[in-house]
Amino acid sequence: MRREPPQKIADYWPLAFPAGMLTVFFVIPFATMIAVSFFQRQQGGFYTPAFVFDNYARFVSLFFGRVLGFSLMLAIAVAICCIVLGIPFTYLLTRMGRKAQVIWLVALLAILSLSEVIIGFAWSTLFSRTAGITNLLVMAGVMQQPVALTPSFGAVLAGMVYQALPYTILILYPALVRLDPTLTEAARTLGASPVKAFFTVVIPTLRNTIIATLIMVFIFALGSYLLPQILGRPSHWTLSVLITDQAIYQSNMPFAAAMAVFLVLVTLAMVGLTVLIGRKGEAA
Amino acid sequence: MNTLLRRLYFSFIGLFLAAPMIVVAGVSVNAKQSLTFPPQGFSLGWYGEIFTNPEWRNALFASLTLAVLSAALAVLIALPLAWFLWRRIAPWANIFQLLGIAPFTLPPVITALGLLTFWATTGFYGAPWTAVISHAIFFVTLPLVTLSLGFTAIDRSFVEAAATMGANERTIFTTVVLPLIRPYLISGYAFAFVLSLNEYIVAYMTVGFTMETLPIKIFNALRYGYTPTMASVTILFVATAALIFGLIARFGDLPKLLGAMASEK
Repeated sequence: MRREPPQKIADYWPLAFPAGMLTVFFVIPFATMIAVSFFQRQQGGFYTPAFVFDNYARFVSLFFGRVLGFSLMLAIAVAICCIVLGIPFTYLLTRMGRKAQVIWLVALLAILSLSEVIIGFAWSTLFSRTAGITNLLVMAGVMQQPVALTPSFGAVLAGMVYQALPYTILILYPALVRLDPTLTEAARTLGASPVKAFFTVVIPTLRNTIIATLIMVFIFALGSYLLPQILGRPSHWTLSVLITDQAIYQSNMPFAAAMAVFLVLVTLAMVGLTVLIGRKGEAA
Repeated sequence: MNTLLRRLYFSFIGLFLAAPMIVVAGVSVNAKQSLTFPPQGFSLGWYGEIFTNPEWRNALFASLTLAVLSAALAVLIALPLAWFLWRRIAPWANIFQLLGIAPFTLPPVITALGLLTFWATTGFYGAPWTAVISHAIFFVTLPLVTLSLGFTAIDRSFVEAAATMGANERTIFTTVVLPLIRPYLISGYAFAFVLSLNEYIVAYMTVGFTMETLPIKIFNALRYGYTPTMASVTILFVATAALIFGLIARFGDLPKLLGAMASEK
């Protein structure tokens, strides 16, 4: 059956439920949040309709500038770690037998679906003094006594890379699995070593994919809100943590909403950049 | 890259991914009420605790109910939308597909805060069913993506044949289209179910004060110190996720579902 334009009103009815649900429970909440970001806060956790820029103005301070800077820096660090670890891994994975691929994919999906709470708990256990990795080092005679490795920046980074790596691999997977194997074969026939073929053929071919993945992982990491709290110090808190904190504990919804709107703008700018790179890639 | 180097690299990634789970699994079978590794003694008591301790049992029940219902609602939203986009030429309708994907693309705290302001404004804040809708909207992307993939895989001549034989729209849908997309429907549901089971921020911001799901319970418990029950819940979660994705792989084509082209052979 060919696709055809809807002829009568009744043809539209399948759209009614999905369109209604998405409009009422996504578009309207989103609009409400934007509206609240301009509202005036009242003591006691309430707010009154208004049109003020106070909430945004408050955002432009040294403290929040530092938080934003840290959030962006952390997300960039996570994205770079994931790309560096993920590209060779995904490339080799796609060259493996089908059965082995499926086993890895199942494991990656299982970790990807894990709650941040669970990842945070698992890493804080791994880095703890009583049950941590340092106990193994003590047993091996490398260290004198076990130490706690959290809270620290390294712990936050490790936890976030752990969370984002399966995501990175699964984004890279389609592009790499579709990569024409004759490209590397040609390079190999011409005498390039596998490593050289990887860096001179695979990586340049995938340049746009890599940049797009970098941005998507960056957005993913920007959304992290529990790992910095569980594994880091308050100085490692990100914008997402502050938004939750303002909304729930400080009961300052307008301010939380203003920060969220700002986060949306940063994210949308990044998505736009990805689309732009994708277009360029198609044109080339 | 030679074989040895490749093996080493895979072992490194494998160890990185497995290490936290190995330690947590070790802690979960500790005989004593302490988090120590390597474990001292062996006991499955902490797994029993999830089902016998009313607090953990209630949280488990809340999480399961939420996941079952919200994944079903997500599929109910995604199926007619994906079908419409496959069946009709209506470019403006693509905007709803975009809306279905948006909540999953933005940082989760944004969807969570949007829904929090919405439920607070409408006065429903804290009602358990608001979490079902919130999760369904948040995870509608997953069945939407798998179903869109399933629809593109349908050979339109099958449907054409059915239409020529005189089948009406409804008959075609139930006898031809639905059986063909069933695997994608099931995997879309399974993805949404597993992710809903593990989701924290949306549930916390919408019903966190009135209902405790397992991730919320774990996070609250983290503040008052660690118990081995948390470790056993974690292992239970990883095992459930691995089992479900394993089943999808067993009965479906996982590489294709994840974007590889038609399966080799």
